[in-house]
Amino acid sequence: MSDWPLLSLTIFLPLVGAGFILTIRGDAEIVARNARYAALWTSLITFVLSLAIWANFDTSTAGFQFVEKANWIPAYNISYHLGVDGISVFFVLLSTFLTPLCIISSWQAIQDRVKEYMIAFLVLETLMVGMFCALDFLLFYVFFEGVLIPMFLIIGIWGGSRRVYSAFKFFLFTLTGSVLLLLALLAIYFEAGTTDVPTLMKTVFPRTMQLWLWLAFFASFAVKVPMWPFHTWLPDAHTEAPTAGSVILAAVLLKMGAYGYLRFSIPMLPQASAYFTPLIFSLSVIAIIYTSLVALAQDDMKKLIAYSSVAHMGFVTIGIFTFNVQGIEGAIILMLSHGVVSAALFLCVGVLYDREHSRDISHYGGLVHRMPKYAVVFAVFMLAAVGLPGTSGFVGEFLALVGAYQANTLVALLATTGVVLGAAYMLWLYRRVFYGRRIRDHLKEIVDLDKREIAVFAPLVALVLWIGIYPAPFLDAIHASVVGLIDQYEAANAIKAATGPARP
Amino acid sequence: MLSWDFLALQPALPEVFLALSTMALLMLGVFRGDGHTRILSWFAVLVLGLTLLLVLDGIGGTQRAFGGIFIVDAFAQYMKVLALIGSSFAVVMSLGYIEREKIARFEYPILFLFATLGMMMMISANDLIALYLGLELQSLSLYVIAAFRRDSTRSTEAGLKYFVLGALSSGMLLYGASMVYGFAGTTGFDRLAAVLDAGAAPVGLIVGLVFVVSGLAFKVAAVPFHMWTPDVYEGAPTPVTAFFAVAPKVAAMALFVRVMIDPFGALITQWQQIIVFISIASMVLAAFAAIDQRNIKRLMAYSSIGHVGYMLIGLAVGTEEGISGLIIYLTIYVFMNVGTFACILCMRSHGRMVEGIDDLAGLGRTNAPMAAVLTAFMFSMTGIPPVAGFFGKFFIFRAAINAEMYTLAVIGVLSSVVAAFYYLRIVKVMYFDEPAERFDRPIGREMSLILVGTGLFIVFFFPFISPLLTGAGVAARSLFVG
Repeated sequence: MSDWPLLSLTIFLPLVGAGFILTIRGDAEIVARNARYAALWTSLITFVLSLAIWANFDTSTAGFQFVEKANWIPAYNISYHLGVDGISVFFVLLSTFLTPLCIISSWQAIQDRVKEYMIAFLVLETLMVGMFCALDFLLFYVFFEGVLIPMFLIIGIWGGSRRVYSAFKFFLFTLTGSVLLLLALLAIYFEAGTTDVPTLMKTVFPRTMQLWLWLAFFASFAVKVPMWPFHTWLPDAHTEAPTAGSVILAAVLLKMGAYGYLRFSIPMLPQASAYFTPLIFSLSVIAIIYTSLVALAQDDMKKLIAYSSVAHMGFVTIGIFTFNVQGIEGAIILMLSHGVVSAALFLCVGVLYDREHSRDISHYGGLVHRMPKYAVVFAVFMLAAVGLPGTSGFVGEFLALVGAYQANTLVALLATTGVVLGAAYMLWLYRRVFYGRRIRDHLKEIVDLDKREIAVFAPLVALVLWIGIYPAPFLDAIHASVVGLIDQYEAANAIKAATGPARP
Repeated sequence: MLSWDFLALQPALPEVFLALSTMALLMLGVFRGDGHTRILSWFAVLVLGLTLLLVLDGIGGTQRAFGGIFIVDAFAQYMKVLALIGSSFAVVMSLGYIEREKIARFEYPILFLFATLGMMMMISANDLIALYLGLELQSLSLYVIAAFRRDSTRSTEAGLKYFVLGALSSGMLLYGASMVYGFAGTTGFDRLAAVLDAGAAPVGLIVGLVFVVSGLAFKVAAVPFHMWTPDVYEGAPTPVTAFFAVAPKVAAMALFVRVMIDPFGALITQWQQIIVFISIASMVLAAFAAIDQRNIKRLMAYSSIGHVGYMLIGLAVGTEEGISGLIIYLTIYVFMNVGTFACILCMRSHGRMVEGIDDLAGLGRTNAPMAAVLTAFMFSMTGIPPVAGFFGKFFIFRAAINAEMYTLAVIGVLSSVVAAFYYLRIVKVMYFDEPAERFDRPIGREMSLILVGTGLFIVFFFPFISPLLTGAGVAARSLFVG
């Protein structure tokens, strides 16, 4: 098994599936059904393949595993280089785990242009997985920016009423950041003569250059994360995207920015990362408090969850820039948790939207009387989002805050108020939608979850509880790579402290 | 006894072949009349193909002919291949159009051939006089083709406008050339290079150089000499516009590069700032001006202005790497534009050509394959990976960064974000809007082939990067070793 190009298979299998769906012809009804099944099976096989990656993953090393390397542009020293380490392996799994769920959840919600929809999702999966596996900067960039194409189409074609505006905003915001990343990439390439990520991690760039490069990275990753004040595309895109689109957007695409910090900013530009830590902390704290307050004021459920995503990603960025084991591991667990939880919450909203075609909180009330199963499922994810002990959210938030406390007490204090606010808007949302003495009249006919929907939510609930109760398998796999990252960061800054000016 | 050796015709064999065949075809056309335009067109494609083979078969290394005013090197070979491909596509794309629009006269393919001959002369020019001769042969043919729908006021207006402004620019070019000759005492590129390398350049020569640059900027349609482009692109018959957007652009760009690098290479500090300016101006102006366009041919005109801006970054850098980036960009540009114009040529409804962007509405439903291909071209023009256009931009910006021209690079990428808006608008109209009228089908076999071929090339560009890079590298190097 280990000689197979497992990563390439995982990356390109969805693309093969998309190519197959492209060839399906015939009656519209049959095409739609076949496209759904083909997409489902492709994504399930992909998920199994990615499980094989995890099963064969060696937790004792910080190095890259399952490495594949082939010449791509030999004249320019650019290669097709893949590999995963503890930081990236779970993001690969998250992507492959959520794609089949997205496809199942769209089974009935999407009736229009099903074939194109499934192709877009499979292409998106290829690009996401490829991005997390890429160990060549150019290859990474190709996947990173390529994601824009299917996502733009998904929001624009299958989205809500303001989909065109949202799709353009999403595309242009992200593109602006990305092109600056491209220039940084070229500058790095010019300086180091290679785009090979493991080599670049060992390269020491001059301090002034690091600062400029860091800002260019920041332009791209901060938009993707998104950090305040670059987050304004996110509520629009989330609200207007179809349910599965919001799921992928929240669960995987937001992680691309944070992953970028972990994979590129910190190991390649450690001195600049240290220098800009106060900036990150400030923006993150503002994001946590401000977007939590904004979330309190939302009438639209999807918008509320979208703002809560910004707040959660604030914890993630704080955790990453604490540069200690707890902080970074907490950030990674929090990202995984948020990937599962926000995906599940968007799916929950999708359940209501499919039935009532409304996302207004005021449209609902007293749902617990008619939809008990749904109320339980929603409660689990809502509490996980709040960070209740025993759910995945707690592990991540707790570790991130422990890390933050070591790095900067004030930041930890302010961020913790975000936890309280988070509990406030989430519980209030739950109260307004589910409780009430009796169900509102126009909701009398609403039906509870069906088997297909339970099949979607069951693995998500299981995962939330698994990470919450027994996070060790995840933390073990992450640990070696995080320690490696921190050692590298500290070594680089120690060199600087010995030779250069003192840390600011 | 006069010796003919000084002519040394061997390197110019493709041009000689093309000229003789064109004249033979002209006679055929004159004697057989307009009824045989289709056969004549296929003959024209055949001739272009054979010329292509002759070019490829050309002798290695750098060769000169006609007493040194004609040069063949790897760069010329590469550019000629590109121009010939562009011309062949344009002739093939015209076939259906000229018959439907009842302008199938036998001169049509002949004029394409003469224009192509002019281009090949331009690409191989190694003397200001040879440059001018090639340029005029090309331009005069193009003026006539632009006005080929002589019953249409738009077409005649386009031809006339092109002629008047083109003549003006040729005048500037010629005036500049005469000043250069006056101050340097020679028109040959080799001698000019030697003179300029030897010592300081007199002011008069710089003034002449500025005039030459203006004339060339006009021919490649760079800002501020771009004004003719939207009108001519809109007014000319669509396959002619496709031709304008591709082959003459290749030739003019090749000429521009050769003139700047070979004879005036020593003056790089003088002309670099001019090129930087017109490059930035082209990118920015095209990005903003295109936003409000409603006619897709006008939009493509602005798009081509923008692309010229990006290519000029490569020239502004002035290194071997920059030129090689420019060559790759130009190659991708040719295929993107051929494909896009093939799509535009398929925009017919009820037997009439339509050109509004809104006419594309809902194409994703009414004609999914065409919409998918056009989407790929639009993303490619925007420069989004993994489609080809990205790699064009990548190599251009790489050269700019390596030359430490950061401002130019930053302005370039930011204007590409602005440009993304109008390319995306086409995607939006095709996929997000409700269907308008269906286009007529079938689109014809040669059109489908062109669409599929260029589309596949653009989308699955990965494996082509390395060979293309090698080819472009060899071509660029040949310019610098002299």
